[in-house]
Amino acid sequence: MRHAVVILVVAALAGACERETRRYQELPAAANRETGVRLTTLQPGAPQQSETVQSPYQNNAWGMSEGKRLFAAYNCTGCHGVNGGGAIGPALKDDKWIYGSQPDQIYSTISQGRPDGMPSFGGHLPAQQIWMLVAYVQSMSGITPKDAAPSRNDDQMNAIPESRTGFLPPIQTGHR
Amino acid sequence: MSEGLTGVPLLTDQDERLTSDFLEGEERKLRDTWKYAEGFFGWCAETDHKRIGRRFVITAFVWFAMAGVLAALMRIQLSRPENTFLGPDLYNQIFTTHGTTMMFLFAVPVWLGLAIYMVPLQVGARSICFPRLVAYAYWMFLFGGIFLYTNFFLNTGPDVGWFSYPPLAGAEYGIGKRPDVWAQLITFSEVSSLATATAIVCTVLKLRTPGMSLNRIPLFVWSMLVVSAMIIFAMPAVMVSSTCLILDRLVSTHFFNQAEGGDPLLWQHLFWFFGHPEVYIIFLPALGALSEIISTFTGRPVVGYVSMILSLIATAFIGFGVWVHHMFATGLPQLGQSFFTAASIMIVAPTSVQIFNWIATVWTARRLRLTTPMLYALSFFFIFIIGGLTGVMLAAVPLDRQVHDTFFVVAHFHYVLIGGSVFPLLGAVTFWYPKLTGRLMSEGLGKLAYWLLFVGFNLTFFPMHLLGLAGMPRRVYTYPASMGWGGLNMLASLGAAVMALSLLIYLVNVVVSLRSGALAGNNPWGVATLDGATASPPPAYNFVPSPTVGSREPLWHSEISPPPVVGLSAAKREVLVTRVLDAEPDHRYEMPGPSIWPLVSAIATSVMFVWSIFNPWGVVWGSIPITAALVLWFWPKRGVPPARLAADAAAGHLTPREMVS
Amino acid sequence: MHIQSVLHPAGIEAALVSRLWWVMFWTCAVVWVAVAGAMLFAIRRGRTRVAPANERSVFRNVLVAAGISLVALVWLLFESVLTGRAQENVSTKDSLHIQVTGYQWWWDVQYENPVPSLQVTAANEIHIPVGRAVVVDLFAGDVIHSLWIPNLQGKIDLIPGRHNTLTLRADAPGIYRGQCAEYCGAQHAHMALVVVAEPAEQFERWLSANRAPAPAPVTPSQVRGKEVVERGPCAMCHNITGSLASARTAPDLTHIASRSTIGAATVPNTRGYLAGWILDPQHIKPGNRMPPTGLSDEELQAVLDYLETLK
Repeated sequence: MRHAVVILVVAALAGACERETRRYQELPAAANRETGVRLTTLQPGAPQQSETVQSPYQNNAWGMSEGKRLFAAYNCTGCHGVNGGGAIGPALKDDKWIYGSQPDQIYSTISQGRPDGMPSFGGHLPAQQIWMLVAYVQSMSGITPKDAAPSRNDDQMNAIPESRTGFLPPIQTGHR
Repeated sequence: MSEGLTGVPLLTDQDERLTSDFLEGEERKLRDTWKYAEGFFGWCAETDHKRIGRRFVITAFVWFAMAGVLAALMRIQLSRPENTFLGPDLYNQIFTTHGTTMMFLFAVPVWLGLAIYMVPLQVGARSICFPRLVAYAYWMFLFGGIFLYTNFFLNTGPDVGWFSYPPLAGAEYGIGKRPDVWAQLITFSEVSSLATATAIVCTVLKLRTPGMSLNRIPLFVWSMLVVSAMIIFAMPAVMVSSTCLILDRLVSTHFFNQAEGGDPLLWQHLFWFFGHPEVYIIFLPALGALSEIISTFTGRPVVGYVSMILSLIATAFIGFGVWVHHMFATGLPQLGQSFFTAASIMIVAPTSVQIFNWIATVWTARRLRLTTPMLYALSFFFIFIIGGLTGVMLAAVPLDRQVHDTFFVVAHFHYVLIGGSVFPLLGAVTFWYPKLTGRLMSEGLGKLAYWLLFVGFNLTFFPMHLLGLAGMPRRVYTYPASMGWGGLNMLASLGAAVMALSLLIYLVNVVVSLRSGALAGNNPWGVATLDGATASPPPAYNFVPSPTVGSREPLWHSEISPPPVVGLSAAKREVLVTRVLDAEPDHRYEMPGPSIWPLVSAIATSVMFVWSIFNPWGVVWGSIPITAALVLWFWPKRGVPPARLAADAAAGHLTPREMVS
Repeated sequence: MHIQSVLHPAGIEAALVSRLWWVMFWTCAVVWVAVAGAMLFAIRRGRTRVAPANERSVFRNVLVAAGISLVALVWLLFESVLTGRAQENVSTKDSLHIQVTGYQWWWDVQYENPVPSLQVTAANEIHIPVGRAVVVDLFAGDVIHSLWIPNLQGKIDLIPGRHNTLTLRADAPGIYRGQCAEYCGAQHAHMALVVVAEPAEQFERWLSANRAPAPAPVTPSQVRGKEVVERGPCAMCHNITGSLASARTAPDLTHIASRSTIGAATVPNTRGYLAGWILDPQHIKPGNRMPPTGLSDEELQAVLDYLETLK
């Protein structure tokens, strides 16, 4: 019992550290545009279980808030709508995932692009920023911890901020 | 026995209840009635004003030391241009935590703690008003500090400056939980300050001993009364604004979002409406302590008692009308700026009256003694006045727009706050140390620490004036070598090392004197106020019998003091409540004893505060334990209802004839 | 040396403040010497003999002293208000209008012109003509900043949702430095800008040069550099008029080679610093918004070659 309490407290405190880190000086290696993310499940031979790669910003408030800023700065809002509400591109804040809700799948979507309109950003964005966007996209449907997810913007409000979005269990649709 | 005005028999010096045999018996009973709670549980349940006041002071000095270490780290970082000792992220947390600690966890609470200790003694009361509320205030203060520093060590230290301007501290740019930690720390410390201020106001107004009419109140008590009133009017503004900030961040309200009709400037107005009076909340207690120290070591009352009090009140009043001088660079209309310039310059006038009164007091000293406390008090006239004069410069809009938010301002407010509050504070601690511990601090070490501090302080902060004029903005974690600011910064850092050494010596003096200091006796310095009429440290019940006063300096003119109060029950924690203006006996009142519920309530409140950072429902669910704790705290006890006590008092014979005439 | 100093004014506004400073300094110095001297004298007197104190006359002296200080205060108040009015009265006829927007942690500069094609965009460097009033319209793109060029004028805040103006007039040609004076986050320390005050004809030359788009690259390396800029990460944030790079979230690079500094006056604009900046800007200015670009050596050299043509 006492051990459980200690472990819980330590976990909570470590969580706080993780949440607040500002990883400004990400190793230049991480900026390399080559990554180990598998881009397709097609492969020769027996099916191989792909391991889940987590975004380094999964629990990180700074990374996700940067992701939110980049989402607007890189005009993702142009297709996916302000706060990812959807426009000519699919909504991102709902529970439907066409190309998968796993971080590495989202990474591939951004990096490689997808048919039917999603451009490839792999050549334009360093991996660091793609991972920020991945974490932010996840936060839109409440997949990331609420205490690290971004709060509202200082603009006209037309959406519930990510920090207040309830967890939406991902539904794999494969279509819009 | 003679007949009083009300036909009630009154007492004379020959009353049988003033014979030494009777008093000894009383004392035995009092010791039993007022005894401190024992053991760890008793420690948690303690409500005695001396114990709580002492804890307040010690805890505040612990936070002072922490913030001092942070200051030293900043001075190391800035000692050389383009230094990489601290990165921007850590530096920004450090300067914010330093400022926040000094303003909210040190400067205000330390004076409130001294007041909790000294005010009841100086007004001749057995206890402070609302002792349990004061205990609650202490726990909130302690938990607030622990909360801040836990978060600081978890990399969640606030990093948005001690005045947390949105939008930087707001929902979009205040990333993570760091600004929430700041905002909630404010709530902790304001709850604590408001509770203490309430207790002090009531103690001063209702628990003064008979004879201490408003025009006989010691100047330190006056200053604490004025300060407490300021706290009650100023602190709600910052509690409201920090709550608005948390709401913006947590539940997406728009108080400070200009796109939805909010306004970032709203924050600045609300904050500085508190923030400027805050400076006087820190500064006025020091003025009160200065008066006590100067009066004691010149052997005469301070010149111009009434003008001293009117100055205090005038300063407090004008202090609420100058907040915009913190916002001259925000682009306000010319007319408004002129008004606030005039007010900011004119607030110097009442302080100048006080300064000249003190000079006149020293000038006409009966017996001037340059003891350590007196040295600290006198340095006020050399250091604080520089800060006051640069304050006049900053009130001028054109000049303020040049040096606002530069190191000139950093120099200014350290001269004001250290010269105007910390120097007097260190003097006051040396001065009242015997009352707190029963022993005197070493004069040799005391003077050594004093001179080192005087030199180190000026070495640290005087160059900052020049840095500001040479263009160095405040809150920069580094600066280019080409700007030529390196030399003066190195000088300031060396000065900081001297300051650190001096404070270390002061600390050693405090610790060593605890064991080996000379025994103080009741009144080692020869003070005029009632705290000198009891033992050092005072017994739990403070006085037996309770003294009365017949002049402003009761211990210097004890021959005209009326006979002491008799007739209070020694079997109960009874205090005498007097009337506001002339302190005539009004009724008896039974003070509550030790209780665990203030601590439990403080824990429940803290849980709610911390919870509400993460989840708005924390406010709802967290309020249930608070309610439960408060219900148990205030659960009515069987006993004599207050109304009976009052009736009893009316029929009773509490004090001698002189009080009624 | 004195490129960021209150006491070395190079413009009318700063000169007025500098004068006010010396008035206040000397007044305050006299007051301080008087009060501290009085205290020292009082200590000496208090130590040497027991004074027969006549409370009334003592207190009368206090009131006289307070009265004198009141006179000094009123005098300073007048000086302050008069200086403020003199600043207000500086003529803004025929003034140049510049719009400055503060972002975390750099300055966007627009030279306003009714004809859109004649507008000039710059960043972190302001050129102004000597002797002509300049009205700077101030906006904030994210948080509150404050524009402070001490040699020319006191600071005014840039506040989101508000429009402030700063009027200044340089009276001596020279290069001055300004800096953000309102704490604005991680890199507040490195949010500076350069102000170049130059004779009118020189300024006009600079302005017309900056209206031109970027020249076409010539050497193969420059061509390759332009291609990397357009296809790589640079174009996601920066604008280079005359290329495909047209984003607006970072400083405009159309005339980057003509500027003396990079990173908001953080480091000098030399090939070495520029290379270091492009590869790892987080090392020079930790927390700034530019990510490490991860260019290969060949790409980097090409980009540098191209950027050097953007005069």
